[in-house]
Amino acid sequence: MTTRTLPRVRGGIGTSVGRPDGEPKVTGNFAFASDLSSPGMLWGATLRSPHAHATLTELDIGPALAMVGVHAVLTQDDVVGSPMFGQVEQDQPVLCDGTARYWGEPVAVVAADDEETARRAAAAIVAVWEPLDPLDDPERAAEIGSTFREMRIRRGDETAEGSVVVEGFYETATQDQAPLGPEAGFAIPDGEGGLDLYITSQWVHVDHRQIIACLDLEPDQVRCHPAGIGGAFGSREDISLHIHVAMLALATGRSVKMVYDRSESFVGHVKRHPSRMWYRHEADEDGNLVKVTARLILDGGAYAHTSPAVIANAAFFSVGPYRCDNVVIDAVVVRTNNPPAGAMRGFGVVQACFASESQMDSLAEAIGLAPLELRRRNALAPGDPFATSGQVIQGSLPTVAVIDALESIPIPDPIPSDDPRLAPGGTGLTTPRSAVVRGVGYAVGLKNLAFSEGFDDFAEARVVMTPAGIEIHTAAIEVGQGLVTVCQQIARTVLGVDRVAVVWKDTSQIGSAGSTSASRQTQMTGGAVHDAAVGLRDQILSLHGGDELRDDGVYKQGELVATVNEICSDGPVECHVRFRHPKTYPPDADGQGEIHAGFVVAAHRAVVDVDPELGLVRVVRVDTAQDVGRALNPQAIVGQLEGGIMQGMGFAVMEELVIDGGVIRNPTFTDYLIPTFLDAPDVEVRIIEEGDHWGPFGAKGIAESPTISSTPAIVAAIRAATGRSLTRVPVLPTDIVGV
Amino acid sequence: MTVPIVITVNGERRSVDVAGSESLLHTLRNDLGLPGTKDACEQGECGSCTVIFDGAAVCSCLVMAADADGATVTTVEGIGEGAQLHPLQEVMLAEGAVQCGFCTPGFIVTGVHLLETNSHPTEPEIREALSGNICRCTGYGAILRAFTALTSEGA
Amino acid sequence: MTGRGAAGALRRPRATDKWQRAAGYGTVMDFLAARNLDETLAAKAQRPDAQLLAGGTDLMVEVNIAHRRPSRVISLRRVEELREMTSNRIGAGVTWARLEGSDHGALAQAARTIGSPQIRAVATIGGNVATASPAGDGLPWIAAANARIVVRSKERGERVIPWNEFFTGVKHTSLEPDEVVTGVAIPDDVPTAQEFAKVGTRNAMVISIVSCVVMRGDDGFRVALGSVAPTPIRVTRAEEMLNAEARITEEALKEFSRIVSEEVRPITDHRSTEGYRRHAAGVLARRLAERCLA
Ligand SMILES: Cc1cc2nc3c(=O)[nH]c(=O)nc-3n(C[C@H](O)[C@H](O)[C@H](O)COP(=O)(O)OP(=O)(O)OC[C@H]3O[C@@H](n4cnc5c(N)ncnc54)[C@H](O)[C@@H]3O)c2cc1C
Ligand code: FES
Ligand code: FES
Repeated sequence: MTTRTLPRVRGGIGTSVGRPDGEPKVTGNFAFASDLSSPGMLWGATLRSPHAHATLTELDIGPALAMVGVHAVLTQDDVVGSPMFGQVEQDQPVLCDGTARYWGEPVAVVAADDEETARRAAAAIVAVWEPLDPLDDPERAAEIGSTFREMRIRRGDETAEGSVVVEGFYETATQDQAPLGPEAGFAIPDGEGGLDLYITSQWVHVDHRQIIACLDLEPDQVRCHPAGIGGAFGSREDISLHIHVAMLALATGRSVKMVYDRSESFVGHVKRHPSRMWYRHEADEDGNLVKVTARLILDGGAYAHTSPAVIANAAFFSVGPYRCDNVVIDAVVVRTNNPPAGAMRGFGVVQACFASESQMDSLAEAIGLAPLELRRRNALAPGDPFATSGQVIQGSLPTVAVIDALESIPIPDPIPSDDPRLAPGGTGLTTPRSAVVRGVGYAVGLKNLAFSEGFDDFAEARVVMTPAGIEIHTAAIEVGQGLVTVCQQIARTVLGVDRVAVVWKDTSQIGSAGSTSASRQTQMTGGAVHDAAVGLRDQILSLHGGDELRDDGVYKQGELVATVNEICSDGPVECHVRFRHPKTYPPDADGQGEIHAGFVVAAHRAVVDVDPELGLVRVVRVDTAQDVGRALNPQAIVGQLEGGIMQGMGFAVMEELVIDGGVIRNPTFTDYLIPTFLDAPDVEVRIIEEGDHWGPFGAKGIAESPTISSTPAIVAAIRAATGRSLTRVPVLPTDIVGV
Repeated sequence: MTVPIVITVNGERRSVDVAGSESLLHTLRNDLGLPGTKDACEQGECGSCTVIFDGAAVCSCLVMAADADGATVTTVEGIGEGAQLHPLQEVMLAEGAVQCGFCTPGFIVTGVHLLETNSHPTEPEIREALSGNICRCTGYGAILRAFTALTSEGA
Repeated sequence: MTGRGAAGALRRPRATDKWQRAAGYGTVMDFLAARNLDETLAAKAQRPDAQLLAGGTDLMVEVNIAHRRPSRVISLRRVEELREMTSNRIGAGVTWARLEGSDHGALAQAARTIGSPQIRAVATIGGNVATASPAGDGLPWIAAANARIVVRSKERGERVIPWNEFFTGVKHTSLEPDEVVTGVAIPDDVPTAQEFAKVGTRNAMVISIVSCVVMRGDDGFRVALGSVAPTPIRVTRAEEMLNAEARITEEALKEFSRIVSEEVRPITDHRSTEGYRRHAAGVLARRLAERCLA
């Protein structure tokens, strides 16, 4: 622990300072990727497979090429570099390689004078298909060994037995991230065989690696720029149109813009893995967990994407934030002809948490304990071995504190008013007050921080002093979560300087910041900014013999000894840092080892009003206590928690991509329902600050926690109101009514 | 084939040739250089494309541009007095109601229209009036706080 | 992985291309901003294939996904006659926003559930009627009120069509190509005790899984439902059963509810199941009958 007092600056850490990009966003002046344009640019469009599984017997691009205004029509034959891409495994062809393996797989791309012509041209391409049987049953896929990764975790004594046993089978449907901003890319050729690419991404460097491989270009020939992003939630963790738009720009020598419309977006990005999970929890009479046995199947769809990492997360977090000495977990992620799955907020833990928290409720009931009491008894704490990997918990982990804090939030009055807007069914006027039953439910969720399993996880940042103020250079992606603000706050606090701006850099100008995912950027890029700021400060102070930095220069005992202009007399002064979190290791054959770099815990309590006869639910409130390590920006934390809870709530009661024979039946906002303002629960937040062992000022990433245990808490509340067992999410009216 | 139309956008008369059955949203974004109005669904389901059209808040994705001839339209770019933000814009920033910001122009336009027609909406009224605007990031909490801050100030 | 309810139903590979926008925006030749009804009828007589455009909330959705690319469009937005509303007649151009203030309680309740405020500001009852979607939320009220659809053509003048002859199937009506819906004619005997409800899985902006209107007047109960058959329907057997009761008891309502569930003819789709729709139809009808009695 350092005792150095932090300089007092405006907009430093711990304050709810506003976003620097806020004003352009409220005035409509912020440029999202889909807003970019240049005179004379072309528009791209994609032809996709109408089958989940089929052989492409004939592909005639002639009719499209013959159209006025069409400048290029490209197919897999036009891929000059590696024919395949993929973040973990390169298993997906850039364009259809003769077999379509999922519904909507890109087959050909077109560039034309305008959007409409491009789309018409794509539709004019003649593709002849021979449909094949889609492999759409994940259990069948597991049987025949069509898998991406199998996880085996064995800890303790496999023969251990508890006197109280509860078993359950659980299912989760496919959830879509449905970020409001569509996939978009804008490619500008440089006239020398390379190009600049502005794309919706969560990690430009990993995109860059795949793009140059497929284009067969040198790293410096392709410059990937972070572009304005309308939310991500995992959907932009993998490549969508990136390579396509780049190919079209290189083929035509003109700038090309590509934007997916909503239906195309639904097929064009990876989604949350649907899952089936079987669990057995065994405990002693006092409720101490003795053994957890589980089998999990996640459906990864047609291509690998991040499935191998998702299944690891599902497996390692299958017990939740509890101690348990005997653990037997088998988890598998299968390859099918369903839509490819990948990253979504919570990354495998959402599914496991729904099942394991449902199990904890069953266990509490079997033993006769209050749900939170059972959890408190088993709560995982620093120094304990982690139930699955066995690693000793380092840093902070206030499991009991979040449970206590959650319980301290007062429960609101029974049923509010007669206003139908606040009742199940809303203005549909289905439900009189007398038909409403209230239920309360709880859940606690644990998540790993940053990348696990020995991945070389780092983030680069450069902090630069210029005469105009401090610049932070990074290629980290701001998706809306507020990383830009937090970086400014960290630099201000470390340096004691107000004027700090974040300057986004492309892949040629700075090294990777890693992905905006895994709740990691506040700690990783934030950590890099912190260390670079410390380095810069120390360097400047020692050079000019000062003891304090302020906006106008270096001070010594309150006297200005060097102005900013003097400091920068030979140009800007900078410090560049590559930040790494504590080293992790791959699991051994039993899934044991130092696998995770850190942990974050949160608890949720849901209050729901249910109309059991019609199966309608209104989620009245979801309160939460959240472990944050250290609150760098309280307002931004509340925003993340409320937004994440909303997605967890959507998954609990309405969000489902209905997939039938590999085909998505509802790829529109008309039928994929996202909670509206009238569905939004009230949220009360308790922030628990116990500094972690790494990360700037002890801060933890918190973006995923709210989507993890909110879903099981809501389902528990519906169970409490209805007495139904409800083993699948989303819980639909049919499940509650039982017809 | 194109149809010539004249519309008054943010106080300015603009003449533009619109293609066939394209939407006003398309025309605003691609032909009139006003990309502040957002396109997230083109189905009327998200409200990101909301504009004030002859006094009503409507989804510009569902207005056929050819049919907008003679209309008066206000987009997010026309909210506020020059560089001076509208109080709703101020309070949305102050309350942290903007994350990715993709929904924000729609909320601003719908919200300004709400406040013009009902200066002191109750909380359920705010929720209902904004129920056609989807936000995927904030969970609506901060947006609600922004509106309540504004309407309870006795403004 | 298959979706709930759909399991096993359709195992064959199926080709669909919901995302593919094909035909050109550029195909519109004529756009007529009609100034009055005569101009509309004349234009329609000349070009019966012309597409009428009211609020655009059904039409533009289809245009945007290229399911429809009309070659001729006649806009009704400026036709004053269609916006008139009297106690006996609602002009086709009356928006749902205006109908939220209707004196007919159940119609006002239905109006408030249609889409969002932005939709209701422009969407019209005429568009709802002409689209004739099974999920059209305005239609059960029309059925319960025994309203008639007023249509007009230049050639044949006005026709007043009973609702059950107007709605002929899923998105099918007896409207002739040269005709325009001018309004909905409301009989004098519409009971003032009337209630509407609609089930959806979200509290706003949701397509009906089931919608229902119950009215209670001198002639007894009238019960109409939406989203449970190709057209809006009246459940006459259930109405007769309830109307035959001397006193409406708990038991009678239960039986009534059961008959409603039996009489409807819903399907299973990605929004819900046949079984749930039957169940919910019965529950809504019973609750609305209770509301009418209260
Ligand atoms: C986001 C969204 C949500 C919706 N939610 C609901 C809902 O909850 N409940 C519901 O019932 N509907 C809903 N709808 C559908 C739609 O809003 C309604 O059906 C509406 O009443 C249609 O009216 P309109 O004036 O917009 O029709 P338009 O789109 O202008 O026209 C629809 C059709 O009717 C024809 N037409 C229009 N007027 C006439 C006329 N006078 N004579 C002959 N033909 C005519 C047109 O040619 C066209 O084929 C929703 C739509 C959207 C986009
Ligand atoms: S883009 Fe118009 S409502 Fe979504
Ligand atoms: S702030 Fe991202 S959708 Fe609302």
